[in-house]
Amino acid sequence: MATPPKTMFEKVWDAHVVVPETPDTPAVLFIDLHLTHEVTTPQAYTELRNRGLKLRRPDLTLATMDHSTPTRTEQVFGGAPIAVDSAAKQVRQLEINAREFGVELFDLRDARRGIVHIIGPELGITQPGKTIVCGDSHTSTHGAFGALAFGIGTTEVGHVLATQCLLQRKPKTFAINVIDDLPKGVTAKDLILAIIGRIGVSGGTGHVLEYRGRAIEKLSMDERMTICNMSIEAGARAGMIAPDATTFEYLKNTPRAPRGADWDAAVARWSRLPTDAGAFFDRSVDIDAASLVPMVTYGTHPGMVAPITGSVPASGDAVFEKALKYMGLEAGEPIGNVPVNNVFVGSCTNGRLSDLRNAANVLRGHKLAQGVKMLVVPGSQSVKRAAEAEGLDKIFTAAGAEWRESGCSMCLGMNGDLVPAGHYSISTSNRNFEGRQGVGARTLLASPQTAAASAIRGRVTDPREFS
Amino acid sequence: MAAVTRIRSRTVSLPATNIDTDQIIPARFLTATSKAGFGKHLFADWRYDPQGNPRPDFVLNRPEAAGCRILVAGRNIGCGSSREHAPWALQDFGFDAVVSTEFADIFRTNCLKNGLLPVLLDESTHEWLLAHPGVEVDIDVEHTTLTLPDGAAVGFPVEAFAKYCLVNGVDELGFLLSKDAAISRYEQNHGKVPG
Repeated sequence: MATPPKTMFEKVWDAHVVVPETPDTPAVLFIDLHLTHEVTTPQAYTELRNRGLKLRRPDLTLATMDHSTPTRTEQVFGGAPIAVDSAAKQVRQLEINAREFGVELFDLRDARRGIVHIIGPELGITQPGKTIVCGDSHTSTHGAFGALAFGIGTTEVGHVLATQCLLQRKPKTFAINVIDDLPKGVTAKDLILAIIGRIGVSGGTGHVLEYRGRAIEKLSMDERMTICNMSIEAGARAGMIAPDATTFEYLKNTPRAPRGADWDAAVARWSRLPTDAGAFFDRSVDIDAASLVPMVTYGTHPGMVAPITGSVPASGDAVFEKALKYMGLEAGEPIGNVPVNNVFVGSCTNGRLSDLRNAANVLRGHKLAQGVKMLVVPGSQSVKRAAEAEGLDKIFTAAGAEWRESGCSMCLGMNGDLVPAGHYSISTSNRNFEGRQGVGARTLLASPQTAAASAIRGRVTDPREFS
Repeated sequence: MAAVTRIRSRTVSLPATNIDTDQIIPARFLTATSKAGFGKHLFADWRYDPQGNPRPDFVLNRPEAAGCRILVAGRNIGCGSSREHAPWALQDFGFDAVVSTEFADIFRTNCLKNGLLPVLLDESTHEWLLAHPGVEVDIDVEHTTLTLPDGAAVGFPVEAFAKYCLVNGVDELGFLLSKDAAISRYEQNHGKVPG
């Protein structure tokens, strides 16, 4: 009898079941790659130490520092210490833990350092068909390669360190069918914001999303990563995109991709991953890409999003009222009227080379509007070097923006890169929660192009005006 | 992990929906390297004014919230960041259970791993509880029921293995470690770099 058609998620899941689930116990799932960073690991290492346990698979574990690290060059490479004492201590603790447990660490001055979700793909250790976890919700980014990648808590980080496995119940599947093509000037960021607006911030809870359709197939890997990155903002366990020639082209010749005959074998294996015709999804939704325009959030979660050509909705529930009060916006106010004081280009959502190019292309030859502050933070040191080789840094600094070392930076402000209370911050990051970028900061999520256009005008601006 | 079998307490209500983990514990407190002491920062930006003084109108600052071990929260609590510091903060503050109609996946998992009970209720019971803060309820973990003041017992789902761990005070790492032989077999069959 022929095997029933399977989704890509099921193929990856089935290949990693060490012990199948039963009504009484979850599945034991093997993890191919464990990415780690300074914030969500210290307590896990303490647990291992307390139990006298070793790291099971150092060869499948990689550590970097990104969240609490400084982005000012003099603090990274000069004699200036990390400004926040507890952050400095956390960074030191990661160095101690990595040494003691034998984990490969890209430390503060390592040329390979960067945001954990940027460096995995850059190195070529993010690969189709792998199970990938990290103590960070944006681990969903790696699903862009057809990996099953999801965020875990610190207790589970400890489980993976000690056993290379996790206890998991099988999630459900949710097909996001993106039909037709994205119009010119509309980006992957606009698409994922529109998807979240459509299915809601808990619309994906308990599900693994698979983004499908022609518009998805046409996206570059950077764009696919932007899409999968924000799957968690729809509450999803993970997001996946089928590997194809675009995926293989990206990975080929990355530092740690397979070589020679191993590469050919890997591509053959990866080519069997896409969802079979007729496979069953628990849910599905169709998104019409052709009707989209640039999107900007107006509220305090990523589902509160509107077309840049539109307005804040005229009315809503208590949550809506509370969000508008926090944001200092009026119901029915045109999105294009919203002022911008601060601009952040970076993060695991939009901190890759093409994102910086997209922002720079809008900004070239312009100056920031009076009073606007702009921070450009590359996703990794490698992105930074590549951007500098193209002269992108000069475009940003000529416009009046600050050009920094890599890290999570102003996405969550753990390292002291903060937006002042009450200021409007148009940001290429992933969360517009209250206080996310600083106490009282008002975040507007958008694409790099929209962020750059808004920096020039000092209010939310449609980047298509500059094309 | 200590066994969690029964939780009897008055409730405190926080009806906001989509309470994200950045609200539960803002990122600036995540540079700590131990699990202890997050309770004082729980809901920091809602609880304190910019000068660090408690806001008297915030529900957790009110006298009647003292000693309450059950938080009744709006739909979809725990969305956003995977930070386990969120359940650590809730527990350190004194909560043993969180009641809602929907929990974000990672938050729910993190709660269970720490013995903080996520109680998923039907909408009408949840609505009643939100509207009647301070009532005494009785949660029986073994039978997965929440008993209301009028004696009505309402069921809630907890996955079998998670319940076993809660009721017996065991954590999952011991179970995973007991699968060592199966994991070794898997590793041999899948080579050094599986996938």
